[in-house]
Amino acid sequence: MDILFAAIEVLSRWDVVLALIAGSIGGVAIGAIPGVGPAVAIAILLPATFSMDPIVGLTVLLGIYGSSMYGGAIPAILINTPGTAVNALTTYDGYPMTLRGEARRALSLAYSASFFGGVFSVVCLILLSPVLAKVAPMFGSREIFLAALLGVILVIVAHRGQMLIAAALTGFGIFLSTVGLEPVKYSRRFTFEQSWLASGVDLIVVVLGLFALSQAFVLLTMDDEKVRITKSRGSLFQGFRELARHPRVAGVSAGFGVLMGMIPGVGEFTAQFMSYTSARKLSKTPQAFGRGSSEGLIASETANNAVPAAAMIPLLALGIPGEALTAMMLSVFYVHNVVPGPGLFQFQMDFVVALYLALLLLNVLVVGFLLVSTGWLVYLTKIPNRFLGMCILLLSFVGVYSIRNSAVDCGVAAVFGLIGFVLKRLNLPIVPIVLGMVLGGIMEVKLRASMNRVKTPLDFIDRPIALLLFCVIIVVLGSTLWRVWREWTPVDRRSNAKKASTHFTKRIAGRKTRHFETRTKKQRRKRSYDHLGS
Amino acid sequence: MSDEIDTQIRTRSAGQLGFVVAALLLSLLLLVNLPGQTLWLENSKSFAAQPRFWPAVAIVVMVICFALHLARMRRRRFTKLDMAELRRWAEPLEYALWFMAYVIAVPFLGFLPMSLLLACALTWRLGYRSTAYLGLAALFAVVTVILFKGLLGVKIPGAVIYELLPGGFRNFAILYL
Repeated sequence: MDILFAAIEVLSRWDVVLALIAGSIGGVAIGAIPGVGPAVAIAILLPATFSMDPIVGLTVLLGIYGSSMYGGAIPAILINTPGTAVNALTTYDGYPMTLRGEARRALSLAYSASFFGGVFSVVCLILLSPVLAKVAPMFGSREIFLAALLGVILVIVAHRGQMLIAAALTGFGIFLSTVGLEPVKYSRRFTFEQSWLASGVDLIVVVLGLFALSQAFVLLTMDDEKVRITKSRGSLFQGFRELARHPRVAGVSAGFGVLMGMIPGVGEFTAQFMSYTSARKLSKTPQAFGRGSSEGLIASETANNAVPAAAMIPLLALGIPGEALTAMMLSVFYVHNVVPGPGLFQFQMDFVVALYLALLLLNVLVVGFLLVSTGWLVYLTKIPNRFLGMCILLLSFVGVYSIRNSAVDCGVAAVFGLIGFVLKRLNLPIVPIVLGMVLGGIMEVKLRASMNRVKTPLDFIDRPIALLLFCVIIVVLGSTLWRVWREWTPVDRRSNAKKASTHFTKRIAGRKTRHFETRTKKQRRKRSYDHLGS
Repeated sequence: MSDEIDTQIRTRSAGQLGFVVAALLLSLLLLVNLPGQTLWLENSKSFAAQPRFWPAVAIVVMVICFALHLARMRRRRFTKLDMAELRRWAEPLEYALWFMAYVIAVPFLGFLPMSLLLACALTWRLGYRSTAYLGLAALFAVVTVILFKGLLGVKIPGAVIYELLPGGFRNFAILYL
């Protein structure tokens, strides 16, 4: 009880309240602008939070992280463009609802589902705290090393179809973390006699380059899109009543969000995908999914909003970030000498509880804000892409230059911006580089520390948690290798022109399209108002 | 459709060859430099304490994975599509130069004046030439400076040009603009 009062006292400080309001409102606005996203915003704001108190800085960043997905649903539903990448599945059912003139219903459902997911995950986090407080001290160096290794493996495995490139980019991230003076003999690694490389490659500079500058370059080199916003009527409160009619879908999706959020390297996409698939299986009207199903919308929005709070679990308990955004937040902890990990639960529980309460309040604030401001937030989607790119370019300068007033840092960030641009053009993953950098550093330190007490290889896994983690790693690796082996097909390098099947597909393509167009028109005429899935 | 097939379809093939070959060459270059750029201790307690261990792990992973990816690629011949994509990659270089020019000019000409100049000039360059857009760009620059340097107190030093300003205003400009 004392801890709770201490946490409430922390949260009632004016600067924390201000940070909470600014973070939540700012996050919603950032989420509502397609092309910005929380990663860009957090990367830019990160250096600015270094001068703040840890709880204030983290509240701002958590506010942006937690609320951007609420805002991201607005363009996903209204203009079929996800505000943040994780709102992609929302477009499947949100936009068809808008086409049917049910935009307000879709928005309301998205807000209520997001609210449920957010609150559910915070409640889980609070309930899990006593367990975490007991389990976290059982994590020594070797357990943290194995957990970080598991994180690296899961990051790679999660990129199905791109595993090789994800592994290579993770390797690149680990390599970047090793550049500079190493901490044992203080010898230089890959500095090529350059003094500016002696202090290593700064994580924030890389993050700003890969996320913010690359996004600025993408926006600056693309065409503007015409955005047409349809007007809709109805109450924004109806979604809360409708959500109550689908407790099973909401509960299962929130559960997936929490579970996937807790596992390092998995994150929102897998949570959304799994909850959407299971909601379709559970539904009485699975055919409505992808055509404006309220259950589909609930599944995707609940799952992605349940992740942020859950993603804080490995970060706070073990000091291991599960994805790029929590990896950025880790640097805020380190700057303020707050070391996340087992010690945090033992010695700074009031800080942890204050963070939980901040997350809870954040969800209430965001929903309240959205209910009154959706009307004008819609207009943020109209900002032209290239103008937005100019704004991000200017803000990126503030982010990079304010770290240590170094033009070299800005040059390095520009190079990583160009690398990020190429990766985005090729649709290759960026997150493995960042996680490789963070987890690579953790793995190096923890493995060295743990090897001091290990005499035989089996000593490494002689503790229960270490053994459990080792078994999980073996299972994940084994199942992945088994799947790759089963799905292995020799590479077909024949040109498309030589394939008879391609000729056939081309021949029927026109007919197929015409057939479906006629069928869609017929269906639209048949039901101008659709209640499927609600 | 499984998510794997979905991902494979979304991965752009044009230009991928150029990227993978360049990345593989860079990885091989790093591998060749590994002995010269890292230290191997004779009296080390364990392999984990070797300064060369983690760079070696990272580079070997890079080399193997990029090479395997190249071997698994459907198309390994450079075509016109790849060239077009490579030209597309050069497009942001112009904006990277704008960015670097801004970075170099700020310590001399000041955060506020340079932000105003960059925002308006880049907006003009991007084709938004109406007074409304230029005004919006200027407003954005001013708000950014006030928010970050004035209110949040981020560390951006005062410019050389501010030294020419009269007494009281000089201090204000160094601290807040």
